[in-house]
Formats: sequence, structure tokens, C-alpha cells
Amino acid sequence: MEQAPPDAPRQLQPAPLEPLGLPDAGLQAAAGEGDEGAREEGPGDGTMTENNFWLKKIEISVSEAEKRTGRNAMNMQETYTAYLIETRSVDHTDGQSVLTDSLWRRYSEFELLRNYLLVYYPHVVVPPLPEKRAEFVWHKLSADNMDPDFVERRRIGLENFLLRVASHPILCRDKIFYLFLTQEGNWKETVNETGFQLKADSRLKALNATFRVKNPDKRFTELKHYSDELQSVISHLLRVRARVADRLYGVYKVHGNYGRVFSEWSAIEKEMGDGLQSAGHHMDVYASSIDDILEDEEHYADQLKEYLFYAEALRAVCRKHELMQYDLEMAAQDLASKKQQCEELATGTVRTFSLKGMTTKLFGQETPEQREARIKVLEEQINEGEQQLKSKNLEGREFVKNAWADIERFKEQKNHDLKEALISYAVMQISMCKKGIQVWTNAKECFSKM
Amino acid sequence: MDMNSFSPMMPTSPLSMINQVKFEDEPDLKDLFITVDEPESHVTTIETFITYRIITKTSRGEFDSSEFEVRRRYQDFLWLKGKLEEAHPTLIIPPLPEKFIVKGMVERFNDDFIETRRKALHKFLNRIADHPTLTFNEDFKVFLTAQAWELSSHKKQGPGLLSRMGQTVRAVAMSMRGVKSRPEEFMEMNNFIEIFSQKINLIDKISQRIYKEEREYSDEMKEYGPIHVLWSASEEDLVDTLKGVASCIDKCCKATEKRMSGLSEALLPVVHEYVLYSEMLMGVMKRRDQIQAELDSKVEALTYKKADTDLLTEEIGKLEDKVECANNALKADWERWKHNMQNDIKSAFTDMAEENIHYYEQIILLQVIMSIRR
Repeated sequence: MEQAPPDAPRQLQPAPLEPLGLPDAGLQAAAGEGDEGAREEGPGDGTMTENNFWLKKIEISVSEAEKRTGRNAMNMQETYTAYLIETRSVDHTDGQSVLTDSLWRRYSEFELLRNYLLVYYPHVVVPPLPEKRAEFVWHKLSADNMDPDFVERRRIGLENFLLRVASHPILCRDKIFYLFLTQEGNWKETVNETGFQLKADSRLKALNATFRVKNPDKRFTELKHYSDELQSVISHLLRVRARVADRLYGVYKVHGNYGRVFSEWSAIEKEMGDGLQSAGHHMDVYASSIDDILEDEEHYADQLKEYLFYAEALRAVCRKHELMQYDLEMAAQDLASKKQQCEELATGTVRTFSLKGMTTKLFGQETPEQREARIKVLEEQINEGEQQLKSKNLEGREFVKNAWADIERFKEQKNHDLKEALISYAVMQISMCKKGIQVWTNAKECFSKM
Repeated sequence: MDMNSFSPMMPTSPLSMINQVKFEDEPDLKDLFITVDEPESHVTTIETFITYRIITKTSRGEFDSSEFEVRRRYQDFLWLKGKLEEAHPTLIIPPLPEKFIVKGMVERFNDDFIETRRKALHKFLNRIADHPTLTFNEDFKVFLTAQAWELSSHKKQGPGLLSRMGQTVRAVAMSMRGVKSRPEEFMEMNNFIEIFSQKINLIDKISQRIYKEEREYSDEMKEYGPIHVLWSASEEDLVDTLKGVASCIDKCCKATEKRMSGLSEALLPVVHEYVLYSEMLMGVMKRRDQIQAELDSKVEALTYKKADTDLLTEEIGKLEDKVECANNALKADWERWKHNMQNDIKSAFTDMAEENIHYYEQIILLQVIMSIRR
């Protein structure tokens, strides 16, 4: 087995992965796709079969969250939440699951993992993490990161993230991901040793490319436009939804006041007393029913949020394409200018301005030998340049092909998930209405008996 | 208006006896129909005011005609109420809508305000018409039938302003002495009124608040729906689903508007009327107490032999009758009022519950349709 250079992402023997269950969105896992053969991602080509882990069906869950205190990098006390990740292998034959790994990770480690994946798989639409801070909150929800409801929703979000990675045909085979699930200590160091931070494209470079690229693939331009629209519309939707939730909460809760007053009033009424009292009770029931309703809606909001963040992941792929395309264009431009220089030197005509030409004019002609030397150097450079251009072109085309394949996969996933989410929203509304009908029917009966 | 079963009360006048017999035989027979409509603005150099058209249809002999149409302004209603209170101090006179609403942006000539007032005035006159005693009040008849100038001249009759003020001062002085021996049943009544007043005021506030919250909810929903349509413009495969959600939200909006209008038509006016009634009741209790206080002070005077005993005894005799009449009138009217209140509250809240049920039923239908689309 050849040893890959230490900074390469190690890859595992591809194995068929079965779809992993998720309560809401159905994840399309890479069933069968694993057989395609190891793709070459990033530097190095190492494959390892030291582990048959992936051959069995695996289940990943983020099962618990715990508050911890510790010392941070500046040796100051801090409180953070740690999440328990459990991995189970499920035997094909009897469906029994056995706990194979369990370790604790905090949010920042998830972030590290994701950043690593972004660098090494730039053509993949990398699943997003749940939000770092609570946004789009309506008044009752706390924006506090330590709030148990927020922690709970984040736990689910992190689990969702891991499941998405695990069911992605390419990402699932990454060694660092595997280690994330299995190696608690030293994992951070291992990731950092890959040197991925150095390989990351600088933001400035990417921004520059975006503005200057001349011929990006039209599909990516459209995709970028789409992702902007998606982000804008989902943000707007979530903002208004939060306000609607606020208002709905108000309507329900104010009815609860009836309960108290009816009860007090019933004390002085003889015939009406019982009816008032029991109607009041139903008003209390009505008022408290909104809590569960809105909690369910919060999960729906989280599903939309995931795709809000996915928009950013899409844009990242587009940026990479622009960068590569720009790089290519620059290289081509550079090559063309060198060729021209070479030609000018050879024929003696000076069409382009060059410092050498200038100095030659000022300080005297160069000797034929000097000129020959320069031509030689240029010819070497041109050769090299042509090789580079060729490989860049190839890289670029590979990138576009692979990226587009993942984007198609993503599109299908998105359509499926969003449809499911929207329909589940309608189902939630139905359940809310059923509760409403029941409570008011009961209340009406009480009123009519007064 | 409800006129069925009220407990037989001690007749205060032969006329009311006739009423009683008639109503017990045919409790639903109404022979006086009143409508209040067509508010109109009148502008003079001094002021601007609104008049309302009042149409009365009746088969009663004591009316000169079977149909009358007059125009009255709020001041006229106030006058009528004052006269009724004067004539029947311990009867529960129906409440008038407030003079104007101080809080909020409602100014006197705002359309909603005028409409709410018109409905309340309509109710006011009909409640009087349905009241076994008040319906035969002479001032009431004049109010319904007299032309403008006739009414003005009629108003000028009767005890002058100064004498009325004198009466009020004396009455206040009496009541300041406190009620020494309020009979048990009136203690209970008073206690009920106090608590009822508290609770109905709270319910009024709660109901207004619910209306406000629903209004704000509806406003947000109006923005919520269209976002889904906007989204569908960039999602080929989700167009149907997104448009479905948008249309559900839209219909939910409309259903909310309907629920709100149900609230403002049925529940809010009834609750508010009873808030005013509770104030009225407290006034009635005071007046009853005053009448009793008059008697008590004379009795006290007799005890201390402060003045001519024969005269006093005669006065006391008259006052005792007066107190007894007042108490009986109140007792009977109280029972009637309580019964009406129960029915009105029951019916208002039952309607509200019905509106809510209907609201959810509307929405559920649409959501089910939406969820079937896959």
C-alpha cells in the first residue's frame, strides 16, 4: 500500500453506504455510488483499507449536549457546550446496532471540519452548519446561545450536518471526517497538520477574480444569481415568519386572560357559574397550546435556514470556478505576451514597450549573443507556460464537470427537501387547526350551558 | 330584545299592570319597533353635530299615528336618559354610548365611531321599548314622536335646572351619611355589582386586546404570503407547492379578517354595553341608598325629637312607602336585568366560539388540499 504524503487527505476504500435515516428531510445517500472508484481530490492519492468500518451500515447521532467550562487559548475561563457524537454500526443481517465510537466535540471543531472540507473539496456543495448565533428570533425565543431550546435545536442541526456529510458520495470517504467521528484527542492537530489553511484561497484573491474574470462558464454565473435570490427570499421569509409567530403568540396568550377572569366571575354567579368556570379552563388550554405549535414551527424554520446557508456553499463553488477561470485567463494572457516578446526579439521589430528595449536604446544595443540568450530563456518559459496552460485547462474542465455533477445532486436534494418541508408546514397548520376546533367546540358547549 | 319571563313585580302603576298581563300572555308580542339610522352631519356657525334618523312603528292606541320619523342628536338622548332616571330612580335604565372616546385616535366624526354609536343608540331605544315600565314613559313617547321644535319646548317644562341641582346636592349630602341599614339582599346586590363591574371591565379590555392582536397578525400574514410567490419565480420544481402555501396563507388572512369582524359585531359591543351597565347599576344602587337615607334621617330626627313629631311621622309614613316602592321596583328589575345579562353574555360568547370554530374549519380545508399535492 503506497503511503500518501502526510499532508494529503487520506481516502478510504470506497464502500456502499446505505441511506441514513433522518426524521424530516430524506437524505439521498450514496447507495451504489461508492463503487465508482476513488476520486482524486487534492494532492496525494493515498487509499487506505485499514478499516472495514464503512462496509457496514452506520448510524451517526449527536445524542447529547452538555455545558462545560474550560480555559480558552488566552487562559480565560469560558463556558461552552459539548456535543456527544455516537457512531453505531448496524449489522446487515440482524439489524442490531453496536456502538462503535462515542466522543465529545464542540461547535468550533465542527467549524474546523467544515473549513477543511471547503478547502479540499472546492467543487462540492459542502453542507452548512447550523447557525452560530440565534437569528430570526421572535420575542419569546431567547437569542442566548446557552438557552436549552437553542442548544437542542443546534444539536439536531449538527447531527443533520454529519448525516449530510456521511451520505455525500465524495465527502463520506474523507479520512479527516472519519477521524472526526472516531478520534477524540489530537484530532485538531491532525487537521492542522494537513496544512489546509495554507491551501485556502485568499478572500482578496477570490474577490479580485470575481470582478476581473472575462469568460466564466455561464452556468456558474446563473447559479450565483440563483443563490443570491435564494438567500434573499429565505431571509425575508424567515424574518416575516418570526413576526407572524410573535403575533400568533399574542392572540393565543391574551385568550388565557379570559380564563382567569371567567373563573373569578363564576364565583358570584349562580346559574352561569359552572359554564363560566369550565369555559375559562378551555381558554387556558387554548392559550397554552401555542407553545407546542410554535416549537414545531421552529423546526420548520431550521429546515429553511439550512438552505439559506446552503446558498453560501453554492456561492463558494462559483467563486472557485471564477478563480480558476481567472487564473487560466491570466496564464493565457501571460503566455501570449511572452510569445509576442519572443517574436519581436527574433524579428527585431519592437512593437511592444519593454524596459530592455528602452535601456537598449538609451545605453546602446545589446549584442547578438545577449539577444540569443534572451530568446532562449523566453522559449523555455513559453514551453513551460504552454504546459501549464494545458494542465490548467484540464483542471478547469475537470472542476466544472465535477462541480456541476455535485450541483445537480444538490438541486435534486434541495427540491426534495424543500417540498417536504413546505408540506410538513401545511401539516403543522392542520394540526393547529384541529386543536383549535376542539378547544373552541368545548368552549362553545360550556358557553351554551351558561 | 328579550322579554320573556321576569318575576312578577309589585305594580307601580295601573299601566304597568296592563303591561304585565299582556306580556305574560304573549311574551314575544312587540308593538313598538324602533330603528336608528342615517347619521347626518349638520354644520352651523357655532358647532357641527350629527343627527340620527329615528323611525318608530307602532300599533299602540296612545300614539297618534302608526309611524313616526324624527331626527335626534346625542344631546337629545342624554336628555331622555336623564328624564327616565328622574322618573324611575331605582329602575335599571339602559346605558348610553359614551360621549366621546378620549383615548386613541378616534375623533367625534370618524366613520367607525359614528357607526358604533349609531348601533349603541339603536340598542338603547330598543331596550327601553322592551322594558315593561319604561316603554310607557311619557318623555320616551315625546322623544320618539315630537318634531324638533316640539321637543325643545317640551324639554323646557319640568323642574328647572336650579331645582334639579338642589335636589342633587341634598341627595349627595344624604348619601354622605352612609347607609346604616341596607337590607341584606341589597348588600348582596351591591357586592355582585362591584365584582361584576370589575370583571366585565377586564373582559372588555381583554376582548379589545384580542381584536388588536388579530389585526396585527392579519397585517403580518399579508406580507407573509406573497414572499412564497416571489420565491416560486426562481424555483421551477417548487412552483406548485410554493404557490399552494401562498394561497393558504392568503385565505387564512381573509378568515382572520372575518373572525375579527365577527368579534367587533357580536362580542365587543355587548361586553362594552355591560361595562356601561355596570356603571349604571352603581348609580341605581346609590339612588336607592339615597331614598333610604332620606327615610333614615327622618327616623333619626324623630328619635331625637328634633322637630314636630306629628309632621315627622306623616313624612316618615310617606317615605316608607317610597322606599318600599323603590326597593320592589329595583328587585324586580334586577331579576329581569340579570336574566337578560345572562342571555346576552351567553349568546355573545357562544357566537365568538362559533366564529373561532368556523375560522379553523376554513383554514383546515385549504391546508388539507395543500398537503395532498405532492
